[in-house]
Amino acid sequence: MGALLAADTLQGPKVDWFALSPILILLGGAMVLLVVGALMPAWPKRCYALFTVAVAGAAAVMSFILWNRINHEGTKTLVGDAMWLDKPGVWIAITVCVGVILAALLTDDYLRREGIDGPELYALYLLAAIGAVVMGTANDLIVLFLGLEILSIALYVMAASHRKRAASQESGLKYFILGGFSSAFLLYGVSLVYGSTGSTNLGKILAASENVIVLDRSKETLLLAGIALLLVGLAFKVAAVPFHFWSPDVYEGAPTPVTAFMASVGKAAAFAAMLRVLLMALPTWAADYRPAIWLLAVLTLVGGSVMAVVQTNVKRMLAFSSISHAGYILVGVEAAAHDARAGLISTGVSSVLIYLLVYTVLVGGTFGVITAVGRTGDGATDLAGFRGLGRTKPALALGMTVLLLAQAGVPLTSGFVAKFGVIGDGVRTHSYALAIIAMVSAVIAAFLYLRIMISMWIADPEVGDDAREAVRVPVLLNVAITLSVGFTLAVGFFPDWLIHAAP
Amino acid sequence: MTDFPILTMLVLVPAIGSVLVALVSKRHPDLVKVTALVTSVLTGGMSVWLLAGFATDDAGFQFTSQHEWIKAWGISWHLGIDGISLFLVVLTGVLFPLVIAGIDPHHDHKRYLSWMLLLEAGVMGSFISLDLFLFFVFFEIVLVPMYFLIGGWGYDNRIYAATKFFLFTMIGSAFMLVGIIATAVLAKADNGQITFDLIKIAENADFAASTGRWLFFAFAIAFAVKVPLFPLHTWLPDAHTQAPTGGSVILAGVLLKMGTYGLLRFGVYLFPEAAVWSRPLFLTLAVIGIIWGAIAATMQTDLKRLVAYSSVAHLGFIVLGTFALTSSAITGGVMQMVNHGISTGALFILVGMIYERRHTREISKLKGLQKVAPVFAAAFTVVMLSSIGVPGLNGFVGEFMILIGSFATARWWVVVAASGVILAALYLLWAYQRVFHGEPDEDNKSFAELKWKEGMLLLPFIGLIVFCGLYPKPMLDRIQPSVDKLLTHVSENSDFKLPAPAEPVESHEGEG
Repeated sequence: MGALLAADTLQGPKVDWFALSPILILLGGAMVLLVVGALMPAWPKRCYALFTVAVAGAAAVMSFILWNRINHEGTKTLVGDAMWLDKPGVWIAITVCVGVILAALLTDDYLRREGIDGPELYALYLLAAIGAVVMGTANDLIVLFLGLEILSIALYVMAASHRKRAASQESGLKYFILGGFSSAFLLYGVSLVYGSTGSTNLGKILAASENVIVLDRSKETLLLAGIALLLVGLAFKVAAVPFHFWSPDVYEGAPTPVTAFMASVGKAAAFAAMLRVLLMALPTWAADYRPAIWLLAVLTLVGGSVMAVVQTNVKRMLAFSSISHAGYILVGVEAAAHDARAGLISTGVSSVLIYLLVYTVLVGGTFGVITAVGRTGDGATDLAGFRGLGRTKPALALGMTVLLLAQAGVPLTSGFVAKFGVIGDGVRTHSYALAIIAMVSAVIAAFLYLRIMISMWIADPEVGDDAREAVRVPVLLNVAITLSVGFTLAVGFFPDWLIHAAP
Repeated sequence: MTDFPILTMLVLVPAIGSVLVALVSKRHPDLVKVTALVTSVLTGGMSVWLLAGFATDDAGFQFTSQHEWIKAWGISWHLGIDGISLFLVVLTGVLFPLVIAGIDPHHDHKRYLSWMLLLEAGVMGSFISLDLFLFFVFFEIVLVPMYFLIGGWGYDNRIYAATKFFLFTMIGSAFMLVGIIATAVLAKADNGQITFDLIKIAENADFAASTGRWLFFAFAIAFAVKVPLFPLHTWLPDAHTQAPTGGSVILAGVLLKMGTYGLLRFGVYLFPEAAVWSRPLFLTLAVIGIIWGAIAATMQTDLKRLVAYSSVAHLGFIVLGTFALTSSAITGGVMQMVNHGISTGALFILVGMIYERRHTREISKLKGLQKVAPVFAAAFTVVMLSSIGVPGLNGFVGEFMILIGSFATARWWVVVAASGVILAALYLLWAYQRVFHGEPDEDNKSFAELKWKEGMLLLPFIGLIVFCGLYPKPMLDRIQPSVDKLLTHVSENSDFKLPAPAEPVESHEGEG
């Protein structure tokens, strides 16, 4: 860095703009929404949402083109070694775009129903997506931190964006304070890693960490402490137990479409970053951090599913279920750590990526149903709100049932394929105990999904049920749920193409 | 017509039927019923056709069909039947149309029938899958329709029972899934590539003894819950009692058999060494189940619960036969799987009829029914005697073969288990005496006689009870070759020595 500043003319790195096109498209879309949205009178109904969908769709299409280019030209680094153009990164970009599309479809009618329509939330979705894509492609801890902050700050605002609900404000503030705390941990970790290896670049850290072993063992403690702090920061973002305390409150309080976005995009980005840091920069230390991930995975699996059982609010239940899903993904990360030397092509990585995509779609659909059931005011998200849905809205209840069964990991749904992938990798790397703990906690978690299904289909109606506001399923929400259910079943019945596609 | 993918159709027809029923408008209740009936009868017809086309002397898998499904994981749509699964498929094919036609769920026919057909597809699939992954898919998918059937159409405590059923079975499956993956991964070296194919793994894989035992237990837990084997049986009385009559019939008739069938096909066949090694454990649990189930049945005050506990005892016999590992014991076990399905299915139907009339199943509230409904009582008697295992009726054949076949290899277990036969007579006859004998009191005076439609439903059951009891030879001829083949596989792959072949058992039966 010093040498660079000393030079007379600042020589910027060569930039492959085309490889950055998904990020640029998302950025352009966000700017248009912010600027044009502020200057022009309100756009017609649905236009904000459709515009967001179009932007995210274009970014996804560019990602597919880049995917194709990687097939032909191989992977490479971008912007002076700061980012990667590789398949896992592009996969995460596509996942993020899918998350944005579903969230935007969910948001459209929600905002009008709540009387807070406007372009801001959509712009924030796109901005947050940029942060997520950057996290997924970062080759430098500073860039990773930048991505994380872009994502997080957008999320804090989004969580608090329901101006008329105190719970939403509380959720945003809580997330902000705890999130800031965890960012500090991450940054501290980055600085310790920098201190011990002399670089924030993932490739250079890898090279230097070999030297730490060979030449200078005194820095080992520093580096290990740095790794631990990095893990804490990222574990907070994925809501792994015991760093999960923010998530139930924030999920419950945030507007339902935002919750969907947080659970899908936020999680995908943080896991992508975790894989990259652990496997590309620090494979030398896999033996040290693997037990930590093992423990995190067990705590997250068991904690998430056990705590979910006692909840009565569906959004809160799904917050805990989202925690236990993070546990599953950690099983895949643990498997990847077993042969971390192989970098991002090791066992476990592709099943983690599949899990993230599948989960993004599942969460989009599930929270779509909750958005509808929440009714005006977004308050009817306790179990009672679902009572009798099987009678009044059988198609919606059936869709929700499919999505819940998928979350429980019942065969012929995408959820089973995803679980089978990570458990398979766990078994392949001989983590039998972890695999069994994961499956048993799936049974505990199944109880929670059954409770929602009981409410929808079996529970007897109670007095006053008919007086409740009817559940409406507007067009775009319907599209989101239908797409999500369709994908869930399609992958469940014919998973071959997805498994083949995964890097 | 050898190209016709009949086994695939056995799964697809009810599955498609289920979707069709769900799509038909609620305003056409008759169309719903006809669709359900036609698909289930079609499936039943195909299963009977299978029986006719089955080559008796071929011990291997027949009617096989194999298509790649998930190539990346080495998973294929591989179906096939042999003598062990043949009659379970036929039983499934026959039982479902009877239940669909003869038992009224009282409300929400459309959803009920849709779940019922999906259940049929799942059960069929479990019995004909020759791929571990595919089997797991069917084994697990069955939970969903059964859960909704118990939860949606059951009695007062149905939600508790349905949830318990779902979670108990799922926890067993959790271990099995890890076992299945581990089996495929560990067998990769012997197979050359990753595959979940049952036959390839069973024939090629050579697990170290301790590995095989771990894997075997991972599978066995799932099956033991399903059977259910003592002490994992506690979900069964609840599920049976709370399920609607149709659900109970299917649950007892075919669903429990997925456990005993699984033990044979995926336990003993895949891990012969481990199965031989763990014999004492399973024989002991089976015998405890026989005695425990019988004693518990004796003490029940609820007629349906009594029948449920009798299932625990009867399935104990099947497990006893399975782990005795002799030709006639296992053949008898397979016979008993089918016979138990017929007789216990019929018993649940009869108990259901009693409930329809009296709105109670409490034995103490029923009295003297024989006086007011003699034909009903006669039907009950035949079914009950079959369940007790009286010679001449189907229950005897299986139990007798299990006991006689197990004597050579599991003598002392048989000695204890045989008392279970006496206990079966005790609890069923005592219950019969309390319910049907004596003078009917005021409440029971108006107990209606068997209706024509109900008689038509029971007639096939009673016909099968008598036919299989008097002439079991056609069944034995088809079951035994496959069982012998399995046992040869076991003795080749473990240090288990088959006892010298006993007298052919059929000759005893002819006299009975």
